[in-house]
Amino acid sequence: MKLSKNYFADERTDDFTEIGQPRPRSDIRGHVTGRTAYFADRTFPGLLHLKMVRSPHHHARIRGIDTSEAEKHPGVARIITAKDVPQNLYTILILIHVGPEDEHVLAEDKVRWKGEAVVAVLAETARAAEEAAAKVKVDYEVLPAVLSIEDALKPDAPIVNEHHGRNYYLYDSGECRKVRFGDVEKGFAQADHILEESYSSGPIEHAPLETSGCIVTPEANGRFTCYTNTQAMFFTLDNASIILQMPGHKLHMVGGTVGGGFGGKVDVTIEPVAILAAKLTGRPVSFIYSREEEMQVSSPRAAERIVIKDGVMKDGRIVARQVTAYIDAGAYSRHSPYGAQKSAAHFPGPYTISNVAIDSYCVYTNRTPSSAMRGFGVTIGDFALEVQTDKLARLIGMDPLEFRFINAYRDGDMKAHRQPTEGAALIECMQEASVIAGWPVSERFMKMSSRTREG
Amino acid sequence: MAVKRGRGVAAVNYPTGMNLGGDPTQALVHSTPTGSFMVTLSSVDLGQGLKQIMAQICAETIGVPTESVTVDTADTDTGPHCMGTFASRGTHRAGNAVIQAAREARQVMLEVAAEELEVNASDLDTDGSGNIHVKGAPSRSISIFDTALAAHFKHGRSISGRGMFLVPRSYPETETGAMKPSTCYAHACTVAEVEVDEETGEVVVLSVKNVFEIGRALNPKMVEQQLIGGSWMGISHALYETTEPYYPDREHGARDYNEYLMPGPGDLAETEIAVLERPSGDGPFGAKGPGEMCANPQIPAVANAIFDAVGVRVDTLPITPERVLRALRQRDAGATA
Repeated sequence: MKLSKNYFADERTDDFTEIGQPRPRSDIRGHVTGRTAYFADRTFPGLLHLKMVRSPHHHARIRGIDTSEAEKHPGVARIITAKDVPQNLYTILILIHVGPEDEHVLAEDKVRWKGEAVVAVLAETARAAEEAAAKVKVDYEVLPAVLSIEDALKPDAPIVNEHHGRNYYLYDSGECRKVRFGDVEKGFAQADHILEESYSSGPIEHAPLETSGCIVTPEANGRFTCYTNTQAMFFTLDNASIILQMPGHKLHMVGGTVGGGFGGKVDVTIEPVAILAAKLTGRPVSFIYSREEEMQVSSPRAAERIVIKDGVMKDGRIVARQVTAYIDAGAYSRHSPYGAQKSAAHFPGPYTISNVAIDSYCVYTNRTPSSAMRGFGVTIGDFALEVQTDKLARLIGMDPLEFRFINAYRDGDMKAHRQPTEGAALIECMQEASVIAGWPVSERFMKMSSRTREG
Repeated sequence: MAVKRGRGVAAVNYPTGMNLGGDPTQALVHSTPTGSFMVTLSSVDLGQGLKQIMAQICAETIGVPTESVTVDTADTDTGPHCMGTFASRGTHRAGNAVIQAAREARQVMLEVAAEELEVNASDLDTDGSGNIHVKGAPSRSISIFDTALAAHFKHGRSISGRGMFLVPRSYPETETGAMKPSTCYAHACTVAEVEVDEETGEVVVLSVKNVFEIGRALNPKMVEQQLIGGSWMGISHALYETTEPYYPDREHGARDYNEYLMPGPGDLAETEIAVLERPSGDGPFGAKGPGEMCANPQIPAVANAIFDAVGVRVDTLPITPERVLRALRQRDAGATA
């Protein structure tokens, strides 16, 4: 790695003794020698294993659940269904007042995606729990499913989630989060060229080495210690407290050593039911996702559809940009309404465009709920924006790197969401890229600065 | 049919912290009787090295060596609230909270040393290696070891501090979308070079040259690790990864690493990284959050390089050999039509 200290040198002092030092991380020896203890390395006498009975259907009504055969299976300690969960209906972001509650810890009347948790089985061994789970009989009435953004938004589409009552999240701004800046139609009218293109992506797995999970022990003083690999200790504690209707002081979360977390461990699909299981059995409980659950049940990065319409001048200026983004939330909100809103804040990208219109939709489908993942709301948006930008440059016969210099935002420029640009450094990144990649651009662009509109 | 080369560029920015703010983090700092320092948090180290960075931030602020700082984190019985480790917020939010707590602790430490040395606290400075001295008179000094002992056993003072960082929440205006998503943005530009086999549709990324502007590289080696890892993830997103290869079809979902496609060690591109530092106004020592951003620019850069190589656009991720091949066939059908 090269530290290119010549840029912005006058905005820094480099007189630190600890900051800027390439010190080895304190835990690296444990990681590379295998001595670091992860939550699952703990063992407790009498540990029970939790396995989840999951929906085999994308969308179905539950007519009945019969656990009698499973209960008789050797080694089974307890079976938990929706009626055992004190506050079964929840949503993660209720803590910061982003509702409505739309998801059940364990399915009640319906399942809304293939893989949804229905019944939790606790047994002496993981194998016994799995065998018993296979003996739980759930009587389903299969319902028509909505599996794509396009189908979800059709007027006669089945409703995925009754708690929303429609197949998209309702913001205070209506069916989507909107940004309006300038007059995009006027921009298109003055443009030399108009280009409208669509981009899409499939769901993506976090792929941590360590799957999501926790071990809960009931303590003698009536508290529960939860050893977890969550990425957010109090998110987990506070949501568990609400779901279990248990005061927060009864809960003790211990974590902080995580085998990879890219947002998948911000959901709270594991700890509340495991704590409940420990409470109901009075025994330590382990609930750890299998690799298959990690890949098909834990929230992936959302699939997205993004339509970008641009107006561009022959001289390279983008004069209008309209973006319509659809984020496939799957069956439940989790963090997706937040992600869609973040995408609206991110478009039109790091460029100064005087006419912008953005609509970001969070859409519900009968799919595995998507949620937080590294850069969600931005990553797929950047793919769309930057491929589109490349197409625009080629459309007018301009070098794609030079085209970006013409449009790059600089300090003081007003962004579409009406914040003045501060601390911009896109131009300098491109100048350095031009040098290290051997991609020459005109002298004019090498003299540009993010700090001034001159040049 | 042939193997064709191309290169593509992409430039991006990325907001630090939770979109629209409203995401607090707190920190506590205290000294032991012999002058070691303890930082107490509930933030989670995901493997990216949060504990190490918090130790360096605390050490720099108090004026002690990093090895004398221990970070105790991710225990809700001891650590004060942190919103969590996500949204590129760990260094920025927790770092600011640690600075505030460490400043308060440093002030008490200097006050105790001032009493011991019979001078004003404002006349004192630290030497960064465990001593406090009168500015301009290095011989008039006391060790932090002795200062902490005096604070505990003689002055009855707690060398400690509390820190809190919160970017106030912004609420978007409903019709215009006027809002303040973030207080600072990191930047990146990536140039990718690829080879596309026109017979198989296979794409090999030969090299990625990444430039990242991240405010301040608090620990350059750890920054490098994160940026390289992110860059590989970007390539992986571009060409390989999805849990459902025929989305919206739900069949063919991967269940393990045999079925879930990711690049192996032999598939990784030659990776070059350059880092620029334009300190942010509100970051700890100017740092921004590059954690998420560093996996983003490679995706469009690779897509654009594929177009540069063979003249086809695949606008659906991941850009699999099948999709490239279908696009090439469409191109060739168009050419002969």
